[in-house]
Amino acid sequence: MPILTLKEQPPVPLEAESLSPDVVAALTLDAIRALPVHLGKSRRSVGDFFEVAGPHGDELEIRGDAAKVKWIGRGMTRGRITLLGNAGMHLGSCMKGGSIEVSGNVSDWLGAEMSGGRIRVGGNAGGQVGAAYRGSLTGMTGGTILIGGSAGLEVGMRMRRGIIAVAGQARDFAGLEMKGGTILLRGGAELRTGAWISRGTIISLKPIPLLPTFSYACTYNPTFLRLYARHLSPLGFVIPHDEKDGAYERYAGDAAVPGRGEILVWKPAGS
Amino acid sequence: MLKITGGTVHDPANGVLGVVKDICIADGRIVSGVDGGRSIDATGLVVFPGGVDVHTHVAGAAMNFARGVTPENYRRAVRFIHAPDRRAGLGGITPTTFATGYMYAGMGWTTVNEAAVPILSARHTHEELHDIPILDKSSLVLMANNEIVLDLLEAGEVERARDVVAWLIWAAKAYGVKAVNPGGIVAWKSGKNASTLSAPIPGYGHLTPARIISGLAGIVDDLKMPHPLHLHGNNLGMPGNAQTTLETMKVLEGHRAHLAHLQFHAYGGDGWGTMRSEAKALAEAFNARKNLTADAGAILFGDAMTVTADGPWEHVLHGLTGRKWSNVDVENETGCGIVPYTYKERSLVNAVQWAAGLELLLLIDDPWRIFLTTDHPNGGGFWRYPELVRLLRDADHRRECLKKIPPKARGRMVLPDLDRQYTLSEIAIITSAGPARALGLSRKGHLGVGADADLALYEEKPSNGLMFEYPRYVIKGGEIVVEDGEIRAVTHGREFIARPAFDDRIEAYLRPLFEKVYTMSFDNYAVEVERLGQPDIHPCA
Repeated sequence: MPILTLKEQPPVPLEAESLSPDVVAALTLDAIRALPVHLGKSRRSVGDFFEVAGPHGDELEIRGDAAKVKWIGRGMTRGRITLLGNAGMHLGSCMKGGSIEVSGNVSDWLGAEMSGGRIRVGGNAGGQVGAAYRGSLTGMTGGTILIGGSAGLEVGMRMRRGIIAVAGQARDFAGLEMKGGTILLRGGAELRTGAWISRGTIISLKPIPLLPTFSYACTYNPTFLRLYARHLSPLGFVIPHDEKDGAYERYAGDAAVPGRGEILVWKPAGS
Repeated sequence: MLKITGGTVHDPANGVLGVVKDICIADGRIVSGVDGGRSIDATGLVVFPGGVDVHTHVAGAAMNFARGVTPENYRRAVRFIHAPDRRAGLGGITPTTFATGYMYAGMGWTTVNEAAVPILSARHTHEELHDIPILDKSSLVLMANNEIVLDLLEAGEVERARDVVAWLIWAAKAYGVKAVNPGGIVAWKSGKNASTLSAPIPGYGHLTPARIISGLAGIVDDLKMPHPLHLHGNNLGMPGNAQTTLETMKVLEGHRAHLAHLQFHAYGGDGWGTMRSEAKALAEAFNARKNLTADAGAILFGDAMTVTADGPWEHVLHGLTGRKWSNVDVENETGCGIVPYTYKERSLVNAVQWAAGLELLLLIDDPWRIFLTTDHPNGGGFWRYPELVRLLRDADHRRECLKKIPPKARGRMVLPDLDRQYTLSEIAIITSAGPARALGLSRKGHLGVGADADLALYEEKPSNGLMFEYPRYVIKGGEIVVEDGEIRAVTHGREFIARPAFDDRIEAYLRPLFEKVYTMSFDNYAVEVERLGQPDIHPCA
């Protein structure tokens, strides 16, 4: 597994879409060092910014504070990237398969428009997690994004399929214009959750402010949540679904579209 | 000097239908013979006159607006990397100016007609056309909602209207006259439309769309313009609009006219749920009316960009799709609307549209009067013409495609019953010889002595069936510009403009009107001929 250690902070963000298992798998360490990266408008090589060591393979480990390194794992289809530290914008953008693990924080556009694979972040994520790029009709269409900390604005904006789970709190507009898929908000969210949602499910385990265009439907324990619970609990995200623990209030909306999405808000027993 | 030997030549304008013969080129023209110079062995290749696109949208304010509001379209677009002799550019559904030239030429098309230019943005359009490499260009100026012209038609001052139209054509340095939704855009400015040909236009006393159509067609004929009135009729895109189109054909009796993107005007039914193709009825009526030409405006499934002066239609489309919408008001002249659109195989309406375009091409019996277009970028990108050609040449392929559309749609079209397959010579007519003739470009669309040396050489049987996708050679003005699908040389084409006769005193009439209603000064309005890179002025006679 090649191990890349960041030598020093680049003065401006470094665009490094070549840091992907698909690219490095077949390369020797010298060839990895020679891969192109862009610093502003100048073309540089990976070796200018990273120490490269270890045996080659389709797994990649990146060490150091890469908060200014953008586009890592862009469009990757297989293998694994482990980041010991932080990552910059567009991590795992458009990825189709494989997995990315980050111990620290990541910036905006994490897993934007991804269609498969898994991203797991230990710390906080920026805005537009799994979102559609500006102008695009659809955000993520598959795969799983797990965030251990909080998340920024527009989580899952225009997503169509897949799962995003956030352990901390999400900021405004989680699930904006969502068209399908599932967002699990263990720590709730700030304002306007589910605005313009047309389909899909947002689950919040904390009470959240709801838009007036969402209407209360019923209180129940949806059967499908057991399946989600079974899938997510080995990954560290527990979804309560037992009658004795409580039930979910279902809100249908967004009537402003009008949409057929839903927000499920967990209500513990006895509250 | 260049000699092309051993190729199978399709030059229908000169009655050459698939004959092996040599073509000689000197000084950018076809000549009867040359001594020395380079020669190309074209054995096994078919030789076509370079393609002529009679109706496309490649330059101007509206296209630029469309490019600007859809940056997402460029993320996955073909990239042209800057090279010493080639500018950078991006393809996609609305390619950038330089890329437009490379992509048309890369397919074997060498002349294009930009079909909708407001006079107010003519200067911009010409500068953009100038930046489209390789191709020869012409442009049509929008006239059917110009309030000065409409006021004169309302008042019955046809003589003066004719002088105004002629002055405006020359002011815009245009080649012909385009009419879009006559009266409808004027009405749209107060939130209405003009959907009945014989009903007065909102805001006018007795002026009707029919009166504008016949008035303008008559004026264009009187001015002896090389290209007849180029008409985008009323009710584009609406179910049941075939009736309007049939009425429009009656209104045009006695005049020459070109019906643009006929597919978008060929629907029956009384709503989206009952929409069907009326291509058969339209084709029958059209076949009998020899005064008309048309282009198909066929659609292909996939992404498109609807860009049209027809503002009210774009508002309808925005309501149907929920996609982003732009609306532009061009002072006293016209308007413009933009909505990105995706044609889907599983959509009943889109399947009917897809069939209607092909049906018109297959049922109109005279290939000299129906031309291949997608109304780029409205029905699909021009760079997809090779797909359209394959659909016309291969009935089996058509039947395979028909299997993918909803079964319910197949009852609303006659396409499954059509077995006609275009011959190569017929393809040469609808892509080159026919449109060149309709545009009145006597040196285009054929390979006779004296013609411009614009040619495309293709392999007859490529493995993917898309014969026109990668020409072996494209020659423009005698220079080899494309070889094996790669741009080899970047030349600069001419711009055709028309100079109709008008009474100079018309300026004295227009000047005070301008000062009253325009935001621009009269002296800055007309485009100076010096602004055009290589103007080629056609007298009107």
